[in-house]
Amino acid sequence: MNIMLNGIPTEVAEQCLLADLIAHLALTGQRLAVEVNAELVPRSTFAHYPLAPDDRVEIIHAVGGG
Amino acid sequence: MTIEMQTTDLLTIAGKTYHSRLLVGTGKYKDMDETARAIAASGAEIVTIAVRRTNIGQTPGEPNILDVLPPERYTILPNTAGCYDAETAIRTCRLARELLDGHNLVKLEVLGDEKTLFPDVIATLKAAEVLVNDGFNIMVYTNDDPIIARELEAIGCIVIMPLAAPIGSGLGIRNPLNIRTIVENAKVPVLVDAGVGTASDAAIAMELGCDGVLMNTAIAAAKNPVLMASAMRKAIEAGREAYLAGRMPAKRFASASSPVDGLFF
Repeated sequence: MNIMLNGIPTEVAEQCLLADLIAHLALTGQRLAVEVNAELVPRSTFAHYPLAPDDRVEIIHAVGGG
Repeated sequence: MTIEMQTTDLLTIAGKTYHSRLLVGTGKYKDMDETARAIAASGAEIVTIAVRRTNIGQTPGEPNILDVLPPERYTILPNTAGCYDAETAIRTCRLARELLDGHNLVKLEVLGDEKTLFPDVIATLKAAEVLVNDGFNIMVYTNDDPIIARELEAIGCIVIMPLAAPIGSGLGIRNPLNIRTIVENAKVPVLVDAGVGTASDAAIAMELGCDGVLMNTAIAAAKNPVLMASAMRKAIEAGREAYLAGRMPAKRFASASSPVDGLFF
């Protein structure tokens, strides 16, 4: 199925969990935060959070800023 | 600064005390090494960060700002820079809180215009209300309007941060009288945020009675950012001491410093 990952159309497996996506991106354990469809998804729930077709996933981290 | 003042003249924000009254941003530096050296030279204990999309695969192994500025050592102040409406600013704060394991201190800024980066104070007020109810401690970027500053304080913002001049402009304190009025009215700390260009600007902000100054470009865009960071630290301390010391009244005409009595000619 297709999702939007940080604004980029991305193909992921059916029944892909958010934790699977994070692992696939080699981001497991990194300091990040995730929104799906503009709603915050707590890190503690990644392992149980199933992605759905056309979900808009945003993975964010800290950068330098003023 | 005297030893006595170092221990007694502290800045308190959200129940935590700080020796430094200089808060610094972490953007626009050449690299992470320069960021770390400049921030060390500034003596800042509170540093701002932005939250942005993670690079996915493009730049593996790139150091993260929080590796250079560990939250165990610095108070991390996530900002909502780049937000032009209340909703995105609120989302950004919630993401930042998750990113920093529940740390709920944020710098709220809702911008109104790309050319000036002046705050959209109407949207800022709306976002502040939602975020206060959601348990955030808000340090709020606003314009130099004492009435808006009063409203933001009434909503529950814990620090009011009027601009000195547009963000990144380096124009200095354009409206010292309004800054002074905001300071006089406020029962919460007031920090000048944005517009400082050089050390004397920072000193003026402190002499006006501000509790601190938040700056980024004035340090990062200096030819020698590490040296400017050191200059800013001293200017903040000098301005604070001058404010506490109480300046002499300005007079139009001269007043001799040497005694008039005892002249021998």
